[in-house]
Amino acid sequence: MGTGGFRSLEQLEAALVASGAEIATVALRRVDPDARNQSPLSVIERLGLFLLPNTAGCYTARDAVRTARLAKDAFGTEWVKLEVIGDDRTLHPDPVELAAAAEELVAEGFTVLPYASDDPVLARRLEAVGCAAVMPLGSPIGSGRGIDNPYNLALIVEQAGVPVILDAGIGTASDAALAMELGCDGVLLASSVSRAEDPAAMAAAMRKAVDAGHGARRAGRIPRRLHAQTSTPDAGLPRLG
Amino acid sequence: MKVSVNGVEQQLPAGTTVADVVRSLVEMPERGVAVALDGEVVPRSEWQATSLGDGQAVEVLRAVQGG
Repeated sequence: MGTGGFRSLEQLEAALVASGAEIATVALRRVDPDARNQSPLSVIERLGLFLLPNTAGCYTARDAVRTARLAKDAFGTEWVKLEVIGDDRTLHPDPVELAAAAEELVAEGFTVLPYASDDPVLARRLEAVGCAAVMPLGSPIGSGRGIDNPYNLALIVEQAGVPVILDAGIGTASDAALAMELGCDGVLLASSVSRAEDPAAMAAAMRKAVDAGHGARRAGRIPRRLHAQTSTPDAGLPRLG
Repeated sequence: MKVSVNGVEQQLPAGTTVADVVRSLVEMPERGVAVALDGEVVPRSEWQATSLGDGQAVEVLRAVQGG
């Protein structure tokens, strides 16, 4: 789960617990002496969650690489969610800068989880340069639209040899369930929970949704048909008129 | 000497180290803090040994909600 958007650390903690999430993201920003100890780090550590720093706010490979190195020094982890933004209105990643940053960070020994578009070609490239997973967006960050293009997501899942994590755009529980039904290995969400009316309740719902979608995927769904397929046998049909 | 600290220009005495700047902003012990000098990370182990020069830019960063 992302930690962005929560109105308080108390709400953040309640939501993290309710969600069952094992990984939480943080961003790196300037120290503000006036903000009294409002760091999510203490919450994450107290709950024993895995910390995943994010290069949020970076627009170039150079900045993202530098930010990843800073996060590594600050938190002692080589895991990084790599985010390189290409557009301010949609917060879509810049695929060129993203792939360049990913390649460089992988070479430096980082475990790179790239926030990507839902372009299957980009996903293939990120995997090829050594990313540990690929994290395609469903729709723009914070948009709550869910999965704009389920076909692209299915294509990415089909070809991926690394875990696929839906990252960005989830709005409500059914979106998370659909992501899992499409074959994602997990979801990363923040706004759908942090900005919900009741974040802890939404977090609990998301947990169930992920379980449901994962279970449905493993159970093997029926195909979609144009026509009906009766579930009641014709044999033994009475003539009543 | 003039040094930019988190975007604000400050007059600092010659010989000021990265560690000095960090301590002025953050309570001990400075967990979860990273420092960049002119854009490049200064590892924690080198904070004490790294003196600042005129015209340099220091960024002292910490974890915030996000990502």
